[in-house]
Amino acid sequence: MKRALSLLMLVGILTAMLAACGGGTTTTTPAKPTNTPAGPATVAPASTASTAAAGTTVATTIAATTVSTTTAATTVPTTTVAATTVPTTTVAATTVPTGTTTVAATAVPTTTSAGSVTDYIITLVGQITPEIAKALGTVKIVSHTPLSGADADLGTGISNGVNLGIAQIGTAIVSTGVKLELLPFDDKSQPEVGTSNAKKIITDPEVLCVVGHLNSGVALAALPDYSNANLLMISPANTNPRITDSGYANAFRVVGRDDLQGPIGARFASETLKAKSVFILHDKTDYGQGVAEFFRQEAERLGLKVLGFEGTEEKSDFSSILTTIQAANPDLIYFGGLFGQAGPLLRQARERGITTKFLGPDGLDSSVLAKLAGNALSDTYYTTVAAPVSTFPNAAQFALAYQAKFNGVATPFSAQAFDATGFCTASILKAAIEAKGKPTRAQVVAAMKSLPTLDGITATYTFNPQGDPNPATYYIFAANTDPAKWNENKLITRIVSAPPTK
Amino acid sequence: MAGEPNASVRNVGQQRTVEIIRMVLLPLVQLALFIVGSAVVLGLIIVVVAFLLSRSDPMLFQTALAILPQVMIDGVVRGFLFATIALGYTMVYGVLEFINFAHGEIFMVGGFVGAGVGYLMQQIGLLTILPPLLFVLITVLAGMTVSGLLAMTTERIAYRPLRGAPRLVPLISAIGMSLVLQDLVRLIATSTPLGFNARFETPDFGQAIKLAEIPLGERSMPVMISPKAIIFITVAVLMLIALNYLVNATRLGKAIRATAQDMSTASLMGVNVNQIIALTFLIGGALGGAAGVLFGLNIGTVNPYMGFIPGIKAFTAAVLGGIGNITGAMVGGIVLGFLEAFVSSYLSMFTGGKFSGASYADIAAFSILILILIFRPSGLLGEAVTQKV
Amino acid sequence: MTTPRPAPDPWTQLRARLSSGPGGYVFLSLYAALCTGLLLLNTRTSLLTDILFILFMLLALVVYRSQVALGFKLGLGGVLFGLVLPYFGVLNPYYIDVATQAGIYAVLALGLNVVVGFAGLLDLGYVAFYAVGAYLWSIFSTPQIANLFAGAAPIASGWFYAFILLGLAIGAGFGVLLGLPVLRLRGDYLAIVTLGFGEVIRVLAVNLDKPINLTNGAQGIKDIGRPPLPLADFVRGTLGWTLDDNQLYQLFFYLLVLVILLLTVTAVSRLKHSRVGRAWEAIREDETAAIAQGIPLVRMKLMAFAVGASFAGMMGVVFAAKQLFINPPTFDLLRSISILSMVILGGLGSIPGVILGAVLVTLLDLQILPRIATVLRDAQKAGLPIPAAFDPTQYQRLLFGLLLIVMMIFRPEGILPEQRRREALHANEDTGTPEA
Repeated sequence: MKRALSLLMLVGILTAMLAACGGGTTTTTPAKPTNTPAGPATVAPASTASTAAAGTTVATTIAATTVSTTTAATTVPTTTVAATTVPTTTVAATTVPTGTTTVAATAVPTTTSAGSVTDYIITLVGQITPEIAKALGTVKIVSHTPLSGADADLGTGISNGVNLGIAQIGTAIVSTGVKLELLPFDDKSQPEVGTSNAKKIITDPEVLCVVGHLNSGVALAALPDYSNANLLMISPANTNPRITDSGYANAFRVVGRDDLQGPIGARFASETLKAKSVFILHDKTDYGQGVAEFFRQEAERLGLKVLGFEGTEEKSDFSSILTTIQAANPDLIYFGGLFGQAGPLLRQARERGITTKFLGPDGLDSSVLAKLAGNALSDTYYTTVAAPVSTFPNAAQFALAYQAKFNGVATPFSAQAFDATGFCTASILKAAIEAKGKPTRAQVVAAMKSLPTLDGITATYTFNPQGDPNPATYYIFAANTDPAKWNENKLITRIVSAPPTK
Repeated sequence: MAGEPNASVRNVGQQRTVEIIRMVLLPLVQLALFIVGSAVVLGLIIVVVAFLLSRSDPMLFQTALAILPQVMIDGVVRGFLFATIALGYTMVYGVLEFINFAHGEIFMVGGFVGAGVGYLMQQIGLLTILPPLLFVLITVLAGMTVSGLLAMTTERIAYRPLRGAPRLVPLISAIGMSLVLQDLVRLIATSTPLGFNARFETPDFGQAIKLAEIPLGERSMPVMISPKAIIFITVAVLMLIALNYLVNATRLGKAIRATAQDMSTASLMGVNVNQIIALTFLIGGALGGAAGVLFGLNIGTVNPYMGFIPGIKAFTAAVLGGIGNITGAMVGGIVLGFLEAFVSSYLSMFTGGKFSGASYADIAAFSILILILIFRPSGLLGEAVTQKV
Repeated sequence: MTTPRPAPDPWTQLRARLSSGPGGYVFLSLYAALCTGLLLLNTRTSLLTDILFILFMLLALVVYRSQVALGFKLGLGGVLFGLVLPYFGVLNPYYIDVATQAGIYAVLALGLNVVVGFAGLLDLGYVAFYAVGAYLWSIFSTPQIANLFAGAAPIASGWFYAFILLGLAIGAGFGVLLGLPVLRLRGDYLAIVTLGFGEVIRVLAVNLDKPINLTNGAQGIKDIGRPPLPLADFVRGTLGWTLDDNQLYQLFFYLLVLVILLLTVTAVSRLKHSRVGRAWEAIREDETAAIAQGIPLVRMKLMAFAVGASFAGMMGVVFAAKQLFINPPTFDLLRSISILSMVILGGLGSIPGVILGAVLVTLLDLQILPRIATVLRDAQKAGLPIPAAFDPTQYQRLLFGLLLIVMMIFRPEGILPEQRRREALHANEDTGTPEA
């Protein structure tokens, strides 16, 4: 009796919670457009704002519409770093990480793109005969990220990015009869769950492409399985060099590499910020520590004084570390980690009167950082491969569509996930046309390798045989304190570089 | 001497008041002694080590001394955080003798409630006009109410049907509860404007208060404490006093102690055991909720998974102080906070960067814990339990 | 009790008929044949195959619980898990991986059961020993070793088998290391110290990339050595099966884990019924009385820690070789807790119960919950009234938590409890009907 009663209560509470959530979404969604007028008023053209506000079919036309944005941000980018901004072909090997890997300036393809991924897919649509479409049937694209646990918000963001991509591309190719479907998997940030899921994924013949992972540890554990099945994996988040350095032909990424991002940060710190000393902090994860290590190597090579190199798993209370930093009194704090930690860290630092400049990797590229840190974001910079919205206006629309569909701001790497989805679909369709039917997974990988230079919503991508974007363009932004204006973050400099090859 | 019996006859009530004051104040004195004691001991160790190492690096000694006061303040603030969560742990443990793994989540829910109230106030424009102290009062009360009721509900659903089962069974049930609460809060948070990483909106508490400036080379090292931290500590001390009063000097407290000592005998004596246990959860949850609000206020952000680690640390603190002992929980928290602050600030300085202090803080804390428990198997203030034969 | 024995309800009758005598043989054979046939006909990962696979795993339980001749039980079990499942694994790599992981966790749970179930010592840091074993093999089989002994080359992968034994020994050593300082501690003081020990090992794994790079820190160690395949030529040449290395390794690790599991079960059950096992039980029930009986408390407690830890150390070596990549987050506190939940869910102290718990939790984690989530998601798409904010794939942990609570409420003694415990638990329940 007692047991039944408590079970009943449990069920009751759960349903109440669910109902509350459902109610919450329905009440908050319409309020959304009114909540974010600050951005569109100056940035995005009114047309996009209204499409987003229109609601139901949000992600219909993002990249296809060519928007002429004349935003405040467009005037800013003054590419100041002298030796580094090489526009085309031969890339100056200026930002090579110390000694270990020498950049063989491989013939870098021109950066002039053949148009956006979506446009490219639309051109492919004409070549898809009904037979091919019939053979393809439903194409499943897997998103494989942590959907539960402490990394859930980033993992869910990636999954949502894929979701938006599929919704948009799905409408673009609807005339062919090919259906795209999202198949989300939860790797729980655990390597062996990743392996197990990977084994499951490869047994589903409708899956031709995986977008994942968030944690490079999980990706490295799952890659052998994808590789056995020649399944294309495009990573929207793994900046760890080992993802593409490990010799897997099927591994690609649409983000930068730690061994470029870190050194470029160090170069920026030394040349533009004129920092003489730096305190390096990281979050003890493969991502944060990895990029921090590369930053340190290059910083030491450039003659910066590294006053401390500390890792912490602490998520919220940074007082002890701040005391050490205060004693060390550096010119710059470099934080290898994500916005969730950086937010409170910055706030606590500024409250203590530490006004030191702050630099971090692409894990900081989220308007949530502005929400969490607010005014504390003064003098904060971050490196990323995601281009400014002024050159890639579709990113702004992506952010709006994301907000409208998922009732939350786009997390870092979700826009990259959108791009990864585009590249997935493009390779699958290209392979299908070449195979005149349902392509094998190996053919999809081959098609991915032979894609022309295309524009995503974050950047222009060509891939080297290893699977890295080549050339990789890194941007350094100064963070904005207003979350609504995150897309207008001031571009400080732009650095083009070839990825190091093994 | 001669007047004494006379006085006691004259006014029994007065004596009782004195006793209550003694009961309530004694733990405070104990706590203060422990704070001062740990500060002195750890400070001395630092001075000695720094002095020994200063031969190779003369600046080291100076730096070590210059940050010492600040490290102590950090330690106290951190310690009070663990202490406030540990209070709830120890309350429940004292009565039911089971580790409520979901307590960390109760704490987190408190933080979210605070953030939610803050957000609402900001939306209606109250935030700028409200006096900070009133804001703290409102959010803490809201957090206490929600968390307390939630803790009571969890007890009703997940623990009460298991009373009498082997001791490890409610532990697993509590772990299940912890997973459920994390994801429920995540579900609710992500479908409201708060989001996964919610910002804790507060009125302006002003800049950190500079207590002193210590010269260090050509610049000076400030010693600071933020007004939020002062509020945090004040509320925590008030909570300790209130709890001590409640447990030691009221009828309810007597019932709680009776239940803790022997459930079946207590029920024979007319104590409604179920009600008392529910009340214990209510109180423990409310304390956890208050801690969550204060923590969120201090840190500035909350997220659905923030409860787990502090929960574990607080449990450690409760055990360190002697689990089931209210003052012990506070003391354990303080000692743990001090240890962590000292290790993370000094270890890399003393090892020349070879060992990152912040990374080894946990190891140091747990090593000390093991050491203390080897010599005092029932915690710092715990009483040795003789097993009934 | 003079109350007349009520007539057994139809369910009990049916169960009795199907679990013994000729009915039992027919039922079991039919069940096995049907499951096997359907499984081999549906090799694609799908809802149906998932259900079949679970029914197949359940078969082990049914066989175990039935009252047929021991030889028949063993024979059927041998055919099912020694032949059918590996063959199915060749056709679909996913299910055999799930089975392998379930086997790994079953061994871990059995080891923890020695400490918690037999000796009654709550250990919240059990995964530490697993980590020690895993890192042992990872360091010695990769170039990581050169950082430990300058100039040393990775050890030949043939040493793997020796390292399984070494893992056993080192695990036991660490068990004693943990056991020594905590001998005087009881109950939750012990729990917190073991928890601390687990965290210390994990934090060390994260941090020992400096001053010498032993564990490669947060980056983890990859390309861990796998043993040379035994019988590969035999399988390919003589049997003529065209299997690539990956499939062979999958079979190899599955069979290896199966063998280790069988050995572990044998060892643990022999221990349980030995002098040592009875001494542990005495300590668990009443320490003071046990001392009075002349049981050497210190030695017995240390032995419990050592035996429990040795299984984890051994399995760590196998896990590292199977996984090819390990990193510190694999060995966090949640893992310890989940192994503990397997033990308690299955039935503290009961060997078949603990195995069942491990298999069940692994299946839930890797297969059942994701499948439920997918089904719910499809239902949501099809228009079932689930709020859009609730994406079932994201809330598997919520379901898991709910399941834990519900199972504990309805079966606090575990699914297959040890007889003693069941009696103890139901002794003071006022049920009018005597239980059979």
